[in-house]
Amino acid sequence: MDQIVYAFPFLLQGLWTTILVSAIVVALSLVIGAALGVGLVYGPLPVRLAVRILSDCVRGIPILVLIFMVYYGLPPLGLRLDPFWAAVAALTLFKAAQVVEYVRGAIGSIPRGQMEAGKAIGLIFSDRLRFVIFPQAVRRFLPPWINGVTDAVKGSALVSLLGVVDLMHAINQVIGRTYEPLPLYLLGAALYFAINYSLSSFSRVLERRYAFVRE
Amino acid sequence: MEVVPLLAIEQLSKSFGSNEVLKSVDLSVSAGEVVTIIGPSGSGKTTLLRCVNFLEFYDGGSIRIDGSEVGFRDGSQRRRRTERDLARMRAETGMVFQSFNLFPHLTAEQNVTLGLQQVRGKSRKDARDTARHWLARVGLEHKAGSLPSELSGGQQQRVGIARAVAMEPKVLLLDEITSALDPELVGEVLDVVTQLAADGMTMLMVTHEIAFARDASHRIVFMADGRVSAEGSPDHIMSGADGNDRLEAFLSRFRGSRI
Ligand SMILES: Nc1ncnc2c1ncn2[C@@H]1O[C@H](COP(=O)(O)OP(=O)(O)OP(=O)(O)O)[C@@H](O)[C@H]1O
Ligand SMILES: [Mg+2]
Repeated sequence: MDQIVYAFPFLLQGLWTTILVSAIVVALSLVIGAALGVGLVYGPLPVRLAVRILSDCVRGIPILVLIFMVYYGLPPLGLRLDPFWAAVAALTLFKAAQVVEYVRGAIGSIPRGQMEAGKAIGLIFSDRLRFVIFPQAVRRFLPPWINGVTDAVKGSALVSLLGVVDLMHAINQVIGRTYEPLPLYLLGAALYFAINYSLSSFSRVLERRYAFVRE
Repeated sequence: MEVVPLLAIEQLSKSFGSNEVLKSVDLSVSAGEVVTIIGPSGSGKTTLLRCVNFLEFYDGGSIRIDGSEVGFRDGSQRRRRTERDLARMRAETGMVFQSFNLFPHLTAEQNVTLGLQQVRGKSRKDARDTARHWLARVGLEHKAGSLPSELSGGQQQRVGIARAVAMEPKVLLLDEITSALDPELVGEVLDVVTQLAADGMTMLMVTHEIAFARDASHRIVFMADGRVSAEGSPDHIMSGADGNDRLEAFLSRFRGSRI
């Protein structure tokens, strides 16, 4: 037990890496996925096709394979990423492909008349997205996306496979020294749960905030 | 003196695939005029209105508002306008939709101010004052802060009208704006339209309210099968003159009902 307390700062460092990986992945995938999603819905045919193919391919590959592909597959092509960024890139790609689908679903759920009403008052395309489509799409987008965020936190444990010391990796190392797997795994589970529980609580606040159809 | 029409539609044609929906339609509307289009289902009335603010691309002919071609660059071989240009042209026409199409996430007032601020470049305060003015004109000043979901159909449609006219369009387009309403709510919306007509708003509308069309319009256009089949004063059209069989057949459906 003493040893666990002793290892605590080390675990916290791992926790920090987990949070960092998750945050970067979530933020980057949101921006990239949203842009690609808009391209998938409103883009010209070549753009739509390209996004469709990319998204289907990426979602069809296990994340683990994707991580190894980026880490071991890119250097021969002249792009060498360190383990941290290779893992982040792969996870971001995977998440972005999901975001594309959420965006497509969310925008697709908005009646065509909304875009037309925006056109009719003379709004240009970007303003129609900004003031008419996105504020409505957010409602549909948030629930699956928040789910996906918690998945990203859980999925970030995969970075340990490339030797990045995240929470999962830190726990395994401490277990290697202390031979006390159960309490440590429980502690790890509790920490992951704490992160995800606060995320889903936050999401409920967000969903209420965007539920503009007052019930 | 030659009167230049505010809205001039010439030899307009439009197909959906192999379905030719508009076949060389000619129609013009002068400033201050109220023109109503009637005709059987599928005759192309909605498509015609949608072409006027380029919600629908047209294949041939021209639509000019105050001399400017709607969808294509001036003096060009049908080169499409840029997005910004097109938006500017669209702001010249107002559109009121059958299904209202209010922005559900915005209050009645915000529905009206959005275009005023983003398109007309009005300050927040100016936009607000203008919105209040028009909401009052349609009898909804007390509903400025309500969301569409908190309004009745008739109230929603009146907000829809306020949103369109607040932009001070040159022409107002109205497509069956009462046909999604319960019968007891139709009157309040038509009253607003009558008011606008009295104030000199130029309007091109489609309606199945024959009695209203007769009372409110300066001119009625009867469309059948993608063409203007008959055109004239309300009395002229309603009398079924010209020996136009299709018009006769169309009007006979309304005979006996209140007309
Ligand atoms: N987006 C579209 N794609 C394909 N065909 C269409 C489309 N919109 C309309 N049409 C067809 O064009 C024709 C004319 O339709 P339109 O809606 O203009 O008729 P309308 O006179 O407004 O009829 P109604 O009185 O029923 O509203 C119809 O045959 C319709 O099926
Ligand atoms: Mg129609």
